[in-house]
Amino acid sequence: MFVLVVGGGKVGYYLAKELIDSGHEVALMEKDPTRARQIANEIGSIVIAHDGCEGKYLGEAGCNRADVVAAVTGDDEDNLVICQMAKHHFDVPRTIARVNNPKNEVLFRHLGVDELVSPTRMILGSIEQDIPVHELLHLAALGEGELELIEAHLQPGSPAIGRSLRDLDIPESCSLFAVVRNGVATPLLPESILQEGDKVIAIGKPDAESALHGQLIGDPEAFAAG
Amino acid sequence: MKIVIVGCGRVGASAAELWDAAGHEVVILDISTSAFERLPPTFGGSAIRGDGTDEDVLRRAGVEGADVFLTLTEGDNRNIMAAQVAAEALGVGQVIAKINDPVRANAYAEIGIATLCRTGLMLDAIDAEIGLPPSGLPGLQPSIGNRHPGGEHEDQGDRARSPSDVAAPGAPVEA
Repeated sequence: MFVLVVGGGKVGYYLAKELIDSGHEVALMEKDPTRARQIANEIGSIVIAHDGCEGKYLGEAGCNRADVVAAVTGDDEDNLVICQMAKHHFDVPRTIARVNNPKNEVLFRHLGVDELVSPTRMILGSIEQDIPVHELLHLAALGEGELELIEAHLQPGSPAIGRSLRDLDIPESCSLFAVVRNGVATPLLPESILQEGDKVIAIGKPDAESALHGQLIGDPEAFAAG
Repeated sequence: MKIVIVGCGRVGASAAELWDAAGHEVVILDISTSAFERLPPTFGGSAIRGDGTDEDVLRRAGVEGADVFLTLTEGDNRNIMAAQVAAEALGVGQVIAKINDPVRANAYAEIGIATLCRTGLMLDAIDAEIGLPPSGLPGLQPSIGNRHPGGEHEDQGDRARSPSDVAAPGAPVEA
């Protein structure tokens, strides 16, 4: 697989290194020439000392034949544009962006970035496991973190109250499997009607979270119409 | 008209001054308050310090009701992102982003953002002056594409995307 990594900070550097170790073809773009040379000295001549936001240099780096583009610079706007250019201009099948401001996640998804990785969100998730302030509680990360075990506490105003699993529009990458009511856990059947105070347990990909939030909690952060 | 400008450089400040004098409602943003020194004392619009790519900042600046949203900072990507926040999250109908990289300017015009490329505009002006044919690079490009490439066209009001719209296409990537 050919992976184009844009951004030669700590994340980009270790990502490129790991990918090379697992036998992938990697190109790393880093616009700062000093940093680019430093990385090249350590991991070899896969470094392109140019700005990966510039269409011309993305093309020269072989973006059009990349299987994956990972935009891991420290700037959200750069990562967005790199992924959009890769997707729409170079037809890259899979784009991954690092997102620093969690509020940008909805927009980035909406604009077609395939996968988002938000360090801020992850750390927030770890903290919230101890201090449950939000209604969507991250119980655990499963596997390598590609799946999450989530609990949703249905508060008044939740659109799921009075509806069954069948009526909800749950993302395919997510499965609701149990409900805790009055301290008793039962399997969540397609026809079970959810009630206020229920705790719904789900397993899903992190990218399904905002959709899940919208279905179970209500979605004040969704894009307002008009 | 209500016009919001992100970036109070020479162009932004001049536009703000002229449009304000012409009676339009002008809001101008910049991350640096010193940039607003370019505005004349007579400027009657609002000058707001803040990051134009931040949805909350734009919302507070009243972007939701704007007729035109124009991004003129020195960063192409900041301009692109701010323009997309205004168009997609805040529902502004007419959005123009300054994108000096011709490749990006073309690409974003194709996906529904009107773009202004200084490289193309200047070269064409120079070519005209010295009698050479136009460069062929993009200058001002109207939005020519669908705002939602890769998916079907969506209504402005329909903000929620189904998971199939955002899932990675094709086969799972092998390890």
